[in-house]
Formats: sequence, structure tokens, C-alpha cells
Amino acid sequence: MEKRCLVSVANLPKEQILNLIRMGQEFEKRPNRKLLDGRIVATLFFEPSTRTRLSFETAANRLGAKVIGFTDPKVTSSTKGETLKDTIMMVSNYADVIVMRHYLEGAAKYASEVSPVPVVNAGDGANQHPSQTLLDLYSINKTQGKLDDLHILLVGDLKYGRTVHSLIMAMRHFNPTFHFIAPEELSMPEELKAYCREQGIKYEEQTDFNEEVIAKADIIYMTRVQRERFTDLMEYERVKDVYILRAAMLRNAKPNMKILHPLPRVNEIAYDVDDDPHAYYFEQARNGLYAREAIICDVLGLTLEDVKA
Amino acid sequence: MKREEFMVAAIENGTVIDHIPCAKLFEVVRLLHLEEIKTSSIMVGFNLKSHKMGRKSIIKISDKFFSDAELNRLAIVAPNVSLCIIKDYEVVEKKKVTLPGVLRNIVRCANPKCITNNEPMNTLFSVTDAEQGTILCHYCNKEQQLANAKLV
Repeated sequence: MEKRCLVSVANLPKEQILNLIRMGQEFEKRPNRKLLDGRIVATLFFEPSTRTRLSFETAANRLGAKVIGFTDPKVTSSTKGETLKDTIMMVSNYADVIVMRHYLEGAAKYASEVSPVPVVNAGDGANQHPSQTLLDLYSINKTQGKLDDLHILLVGDLKYGRTVHSLIMAMRHFNPTFHFIAPEELSMPEELKAYCREQGIKYEEQTDFNEEVIAKADIIYMTRVQRERFTDLMEYERVKDVYILRAAMLRNAKPNMKILHPLPRVNEIAYDVDDDPHAYYFEQARNGLYAREAIICDVLGLTLEDVKA
Repeated sequence: MKREEFMVAAIENGTVIDHIPCAKLFEVVRLLHLEEIKTSSIMVGFNLKSHKMGRKSIIKISDKFFSDAELNRLAIVAPNVSLCIIKDYEVVEKKKVTLPGVLRNIVRCANPKCITNNEPMNTLFSVTDAEQGTILCHYCNKEQQLANAKLV
């Protein structure tokens, strides 16, 4: 059987994205399934990420698999100088699938090339985080009833935010219109705008985050503006409060509009938004469980029919 | 033949690489692994006067013919070199180098956080824009300029 891995969503065909979403929907109906009884999932976290690890481990447990792994590379042989390849080869003797988080970019791609068992990328540095993107797509589809023809506002740090970059690439199949809203220092990189033009993805760019643009949105995707990203701290002081979403700004929002955020948030969504019907970021995190159950089953060769059975 | 070229003796059979920018001479030597050649005689001319370039370098390798794939590696450091294949003291073929579509373990990734700089492994790049010399790392997906790239 061909080894299946999930390293990136950038090259995932439309049908596979939709298939993963449909599998996720089955898990939302019935999360506890013993589909992977007797299988072993290894979670290798070379960089701590509690949220992502808990979500993957919960997914594995709800599927009836056993979980092995480490949450902190300090306890492993990589501190003794073991290479990534050797760690992967060793673990693949024990586990049926490897879920890996790494601080180096491209680590997941390389692991997928050397590993005899499937590898799922749970984030590799600033590069890719496909399970996050998949849960974002799942959440968009669930709240809007579709993925096609939506207006999506991307707000905050669009320069370094890998989640927004991956979201653009994954949405290319679905005729979206993006609105990039960011301070100049953190604006969308030229290479991604070039990607949009190549792929025929419509986008508008502005620095103002106001009621007028919010009124156009089906989805508002918020990200954190991080102080450490700025070379000019006066610039940070000037813009840090401009990209905060407050309940008062939502007066003219469309009824179907939902607010997403990859979490953790700091102050970019005011607390008064939490009780607003447009807020969706906590439910979004729960969708991560269904998306990750789908991902683990998919790389292990289970089909939508297997999941429905 | 021009006078300057007589400064490096003619060869009977082999390959001549001319019009090498002087600063790139040793990179050309490395890319073709000339230091590992045990049997052919190799002549190197450095800082020769050139009509076209002011100063140039030239390498003549006796009894050695390279594959196109080997020669095309030169496009990475010296895209404008002239290649001549010599048989019986005559030029039987002239070639230009062209940048290959894929660079396997030839240059390093400029991203210090790329896995290829932290693991004993080969690098791999695709050439996304041959004219501009833009390459894309297969692992970390960072675009970079070939002009700034360092050899592995």
C-alpha cells in the first residue's frame, strides 16, 4: 500500500480536502469509535505545544488507539545528538503512525521521506500546520454550509502568520474573496499576493479595520499582532490597539458571519465579543478534534465508507 | 587563436571551459570535482586578459568529457561560461550551460531554521524562475536568490 502522509495542505487536491471534511462530519456525529483498536499512534513533540498535542492524543484515544511519545525533547536522545532520521526510524518500529511537531522548517517533509510509516505534520516551525488549516476549513464549512464564494477577512499579523498563509492556499479551490487587513509592517508578503494572482484568487488590501469592511465579511479570521515582530516599537504602540475586535464593531455584520481565531488570543478579541453570537473561536477549537480524527484515519488508509460503517 | 590563450597550452582531446569570472574559478573547480580527477592533466589560467571581460579564467581538462548534467551545474555560479569540446586539437562542439530545473545537493538553504542545515541530509531546490535565478527549497518552502546561494 502507498504510504500516506499529511505534511502540507498547499498541494492537497480539492476532493481530498472535501473528503477529510466529510470524515470529520462523521466523527462529529459519533466521536467515540473503535476504528483503530490495537493500533499505536506516536506523538513526537520536539517543541512543546500543549493544545495541539492534547487534541491529537484525544483524537487517537477516541478512535481506540494507544498513544506513545514524548512532549519535551529534553527527555529524548536528540539531546545526545541523535538525528531526526534515527529518531523516526526507531519510533517507526513501534508505532503505526507518527504525529510530529518540530521547531525546524521542513522537518515534517523530511520525516515523511525517511519514515516507513505515515507521518502527520503537527507544525514545523514557521512553515506548515495542516491540521490547523483543516479545522479552519471544517469550521468555515460548518458555519456557512459551504466553502464556495465567501468573503474572508484576515486581520492582524499577515506577514508571519502561517495559519493565514495556509488558509489562502487551501481555499484556492473555492473562489474566495480575501480582505487583508494589517499594519504596513505586518502586511501580506508579496509572494503570497503573487500566489493569489496566479491562482485567480480575489483580494483587497487595507490598513483600516472598521465596521464598513466587517459588514462585507462571512468570516473574520483574527490573528495576534505580536510585539516581538516589530523592529520599530513606536510603530507597535501605534497599531497594537487598531486591530482589536470589539462587540461594538459588529453592529452591521451579516447574520451568518463568524469570527475565527487559531488561539491562544491575547487581547486582539475583546472579552465582550465572547458572548456575541458571531463568536466561534471556542467551538472552532473543538472542531480540531474531529478534523484530527479524520486525518489520523485517512493516513492509515481508512476511507469515508469505513468511517460511516 | 588569440595570444592570451596560448598562455595555456592547447590540448589534444578534452574540455575547455572559458570566460570564467575570476572570482568564480575555484567554485567551478569544486562543482566539477576537478580535484578528484587522478588521470587527466588539467591546466588552469587565472587572471588572463580578456577582450570581453577584462580579466577571466580558463580551465582545460585533457581526455575528459563531462555529461550535460555535470556541466549544467556551472550555471549556478557562472552562467556565461563558454564550453568547447576538443578532439584532435580542433573544437568539435561549443556549448552553453543552462540552469537545471532541480538542484540536488548543490547549494545550501539560506534559512538557518531549515531542516537541511540541521540534519546530515541532501538539499533539494526547484528553480522557480530561471531568468531571475529564483530557487525554492523543497523542505522549508523558502524562496531565495541563486546569486546569494552558497555551495554545499
